[in-house]
Amino acid sequence: MKPGVPTVYRWELRKLRSQKRTYIGLGAAVVIPLIFVTAVAFQSGGPEDVAFGRYIHDTGLAIPLVLLFFGSLWMFPLITALVAGDIVAAEDHNGTLKTILTRSVERGQIFTGKALATATYAAAAIFLSGTVAVVAGSIVSGFDPLVTLSGKTVSALSALGLVGASMLVYLMPIFAVACIGLLLSTITRNSAAAVVGTLMVSLVLQLIAIVPGLGWLHPYLLSTQFDAWQGLLRNPIDWAPTIRSAWVCLLYGAPTLAAAYILFVRRDVAG
Amino acid sequence: MSVSPVAANPVELRGLVKRYGEIVAVDHVDLTVQPGDVYGYLGPNGAGKTTSLRMMLGLIRPSAGLVRVFGGDPLAGVAALKDVAGFVEEPRFYPYLAARKNLELLAALDGGNAVSRIDEVLEVVDLSDRAGDRVGSYSHGMRQRLGIAAALLRKPRLLLLDEPTTGLDPGGIRDMRALIRRLADDGITVLLSSHQLSEVEEVCNRVAIIRSGSIVFEGHLDDLRRSSTTTYRLQTTDPERAVAVCEAQPGIRDVTAGEPSGEIVFTAGEEAVPDLSVALGEAGIGISALIPQRPSLEDLFFQFTEGQEATTRPSLERPALTEAA
Repeated sequence: MKPGVPTVYRWELRKLRSQKRTYIGLGAAVVIPLIFVTAVAFQSGGPEDVAFGRYIHDTGLAIPLVLLFFGSLWMFPLITALVAGDIVAAEDHNGTLKTILTRSVERGQIFTGKALATATYAAAAIFLSGTVAVVAGSIVSGFDPLVTLSGKTVSALSALGLVGASMLVYLMPIFAVACIGLLLSTITRNSAAAVVGTLMVSLVLQLIAIVPGLGWLHPYLLSTQFDAWQGLLRNPIDWAPTIRSAWVCLLYGAPTLAAAYILFVRRDVAG
Repeated sequence: MSVSPVAANPVELRGLVKRYGEIVAVDHVDLTVQPGDVYGYLGPNGAGKTTSLRMMLGLIRPSAGLVRVFGGDPLAGVAALKDVAGFVEEPRFYPYLAARKNLELLAALDGGNAVSRIDEVLEVVDLSDRAGDRVGSYSHGMRQRLGIAAALLRKPRLLLLDEPTTGLDPGGIRDMRALIRRLADDGITVLLSSHQLSEVEEVCNRVAIIRSGSIVFEGHLDDLRRSSTTTYRLQTTDPERAVAVCEAQPGIRDVTAGEPSGEIVFTAGEEAVPDLSVALGEAGIGISALIPQRPSLEDLFFQFTEGQEATTRPSLERPALTEAA
């Protein structure tokens, strides 16, 4: 059988499963919700100024939503960057790029397999974190109906569906961060620089959001797109933030991914 | 017009150049590896050997010139490397995976039935017992052997090996050279880069010597030996007349007579010496000793890589290579 992207993708996942870095990222995605839920269990208050913050003692289904907000500051971008920034640069560092580039798969197929594996890991981290938050949150605060941002109460099962949908929408900016990480990983050929660089880009975009006089820019910042899921928790559903998130994230992700692809395919592999 | 992959030589480089800014790492290299060759690519560290090999494997782009492996352009896609395997610098693997897992990964990327050859290639390089260990725990020599195993998975017709014995202990060097000879005996063409003349002399039939990015010699090892003149020491029964005979003989140069021994020293090509013996005999001069003092291959290597080129270079036929359409 002729090898192609599926072969590379499968092996990239196997490589990820064999690396400590992967488990650090996924471990953080599990531990941080547990810490948050533990804090909720021992405190009566909550982050009232944050969407759904006031409901974390009423239903465990509010907890993953609050985590989505706090996670966008650095946790999820960092978890994503851990793999996105490393997946090409680590091959450079180990010298294994030349090993795999002299087999029977094209460079473009290898890059595509790596990009898909990165996306899979990032999605796994988000959904793992969400699942832990829902389960642990429900144990502590109950699996109860949720009050939406429009003030309407929805059943626990409906709320669970909305939490899942929110995570899907949340994946769009996460994938854009992953694309930035892949580009930095390809350019810098240095894992640490690419991971830190990706996180820095994410943080700088958040800093721009608080610079006075740049309000007109907010809808187009990547950091703003981490809140797009909130449109799903209105009655009726406000799709505008989701649609805007889709094309804004595409504007960030597509050029960086294309640049990373072209660089990877055309670059000299020395060392 | 394209070069037919069937008839094409395993490696043909024409006017190959690689520049890094102002530095010219490879400077108009012409080189032909023919089927069945065990070809030594010889030069000191930094001469441009590894850079040339990287271009042959499509890892880096030439600044100018052509690279063809079995007639295909390695930059055009991996199809050109279908029958090629090897490594540049030391072979590298995923340290967190076992050797067998590394080979399974590479076999998957090769496709076909490569995976079914894993046990066989591990056997060839004598790593079957350690196949389950992580490569991170491997010694340098074991990684070198694993590199050969990874190359053999592809059932190559051409092996490109970059200094395969570097860093090995004497036993490892012996085993690696024996392995290369065995693979060559099995019909695999081998291009072997090295900075050790003894290695090339031991396993190769043809050689290119590269110096500062340029080829200064390409041909058979015998051609290399013949490419320099030999100094002879001559002891006769009548040194005075012998000097005159020597000086009169075509092809005999730089004749000097030593005092008081009477030993005559001259330089000559191999073809002139038998005639000189006859001439001395006809003149009634007895020859006590006629001792050739050939420069060793090592002397020639240093002559090429550190000093001037040999006085005579073999005539090398380098057919023009037409770029594939």
